Amino acid sequence: MRQLGSFPGGLVLDGQKSRSTQQPIRSVPLSKVLTLPLQQHIGAAAVPIVKVGDKVLKGQQIAKAEGHVSVCLHAPSSGHITAIDERPIPHPSGLSALCITIETDGKEQWTELTPIEDYKNSSDHELRQLIRDAGIVGLGGAGFPSFIKLNPSVHHHVDTLILNGVECEPYISCDDMLMRERAQGILDGIAIMRQATKANRCIIAIEDNKPIAINAMQTSLSTHTENGKIDIIVVPTRYPAGSEKQLIEVITNKQVPNGGLPIDIGIVMHNVGTAYAIARAINYGEPLISRIVTITGNEVKNAGNLEVLFGTPIKDCLTFCETQWQIANPIIQGGPMMGYPLANADLPITKTANCILVGVEQAAPAEQAMPCIRCGDCATACPVSLLPQQLYWHAKAKDLDKAVDYNLFDCIECGCCNYVCPSEIPLVQYFKFAKTETMNQQQERQKSDAARVRHDNRQTRQEMEKQEKALRQQQRKAALAASQTAKQAEEDKT
Amino acid sequence: MFTAIIAITFLALVFGLLLGFASIRFKVEGDPIVEQIDKLLPQTQCGQCSFAGCRPYAQAIAEGEVDINRCPPGGEATIQALANLLEVEVKPLDDECGVEQPKTLAVIDEERCIGCTLCIQACPVDAILGAAKQMHTVIADECTGCDLCLPPCPVDCIDMVEIPASTANWRWPDPDQPNLGNLGQLEAEQVKQP
Repeated sequence: MRQLGSFPGGLVLDGQKSRSTQQPIRSVPLSKVLTLPLQQHIGAAAVPIVKVGDKVLKGQQIAKAEGHVSVCLHAPSSGHITAIDERPIPHPSGLSALCITIETDGKEQWTELTPIEDYKNSSDHELRQLIRDAGIVGLGGAGFPSFIKLNPSVHHHVDTLILNGVECEPYISCDDMLMRERAQGILDGIAIMRQATKANRCIIAIEDNKPIAINAMQTSLSTHTENGKIDIIVVPTRYPAGSEKQLIEVITNKQVPNGGLPIDIGIVMHNVGTAYAIARAINYGEPLISRIVTITGNEVKNAGNLEVLFGTPIKDCLTFCETQWQIANPIIQGGPMMGYPLANADLPITKTANCILVGVEQAAPAEQAMPCIRCGDCATACPVSLLPQQLYWHAKAKDLDKAVDYNLFDCIECGCCNYVCPSEIPLVQYFKFAKTETMNQQQERQKSDAARVRHDNRQTRQEMEKQEKALRQQQRKAALAASQTAKQAEEDKT
Repeated sequence: MFTAIIAITFLALVFGLLLGFASIRFKVEGDPIVEQIDKLLPQTQCGQCSFAGCRPYAQAIAEGEVDINRCPPGGEATIQALANLLEVEVKPLDDECGVEQPKTLAVIDEERCIGCTLCIQACPVDAILGAAKQMHTVIADECTGCDLCLPPCPVDCIDMVEIPASTANWRWPDPDQPNLGNLGQLEAEQVKQP
């Protein structure tokens, strides 16, 4: 067994996962109305290709990718398009964005699917195009279009493909259940990913608090065609081991360079859920129209993992799980460390929704933050070796340049510093604020530089026009004077 | 005594030549402080500071003729940046010049536009496109929101609209300025654990 690496800091948290792993993955009854935001991924929003009133079939493409960093969107069930308009979306801002609304007819009638008989006969480019057309994004939570991460480009070579089944944040168990129940599908997906990236070796990383999932994966692998080409590595349970850069450190002992990407050191990482989605897309022709979502928390009586069609209102999932929820007790999307509260339960489940928490004590609002006592616990807990305390001072003073000098942009917003802070200072909140503020200032600077250039150009042009006008006037005057003298001379002669 | 005089004269000559050479070789074009000040100004070119654009105002600041608090589009942030650069006290915005407002964008009501080209001539950054007797339109990405196109329009067909909030331009709120209506603020407290 190879020696595992480690990352600095981190926390050992109470997993709280047993609550949601008691039952197998269940399906939610079909909802009457599905609301599909056009942007469920990082990049440009998809563009609708259907009109209000159109009849759509399950799996039919309803919006096409716009630009490179974008993916398509598909109808999760058959029915009619009832609206294409701005609706509230699950986002920390609580803002609205363009959504396609489908009224389902309950027939679940599939569109014609075109599975690939043998993916081994397809080129890596074809596979990526199919993955893009299937609307697949990273299902770990960030939602980055997967086909881009499967394209190492000409400058890079993929040495290691890592499948992330760590799922380090408490309460969340969707990847755990997927590995327990659908190990075969995940391995099929990994085989396709290996072909698309041409990776030398492949590793599946699972945290040691998921013995059943580890066992299921190992059993499946032993009879799979990929046996011998994939290693399953069990990593110690420590938050945030499931974060991309931290997991790379644990597995390879290498660090992703500052401002760089894993591909810079020959590594590509995907979530196990994404691998499963890719297997469905290639081998069965099914686009990404549903995902596994963990519904858990103290207020959820019948907690567990659900296979949910995108666009399903969160309240339908909560009702299905017999949840008691009130306005005062916010619903959180994501885990207790990195999640954000949703405005209400009418919002839809999207591609990035891995977990819905209701009534989690840890997530209760804290008392007023107390002054920083400079204990330094945050620096000890930070998995990226930052100095959260220094960053906090600079962010608070809005001295953004200083904060950037202290590597603000290396912060992964994992929330470890928040968790350990004895003064309960919302440190990550300050860092998020400072990050978006810095990016905004840079944009404004670029815009003002462009405006200056345009203004200068305009002035130069006006100056030139003025000179030309003066020159023309002078010439006209000279010509007039010349003709007058000529006339005078003629008159004198006569 | 004589050697000392010669030595000093010689040194003076050498350094004089050196300085003379340096002043020609490393000559600075223009006044760098004006450039620096101009860089901090928002380049709206709106003239609310009573100068004909950002650069003339930067020039005047550099010469110490005016205060640093005469730029409403830049607002508090610009005053702060200028104060840091020039090492002077921060002052509140001069209300004589106007008040700090959210950034806006000019939008031409194309139904009403008669194609007079007056706004095109007024735009300091060439952000309006059109020709005589043809309807005009604003290039949204280039508009600085200076309001200068409003007065010349004979049919009042230009509106200044606030840039709508979207998930693309949304920013995390400042935790020091509690905003009860904002979900982002709630979140900070919610990820906290006992």
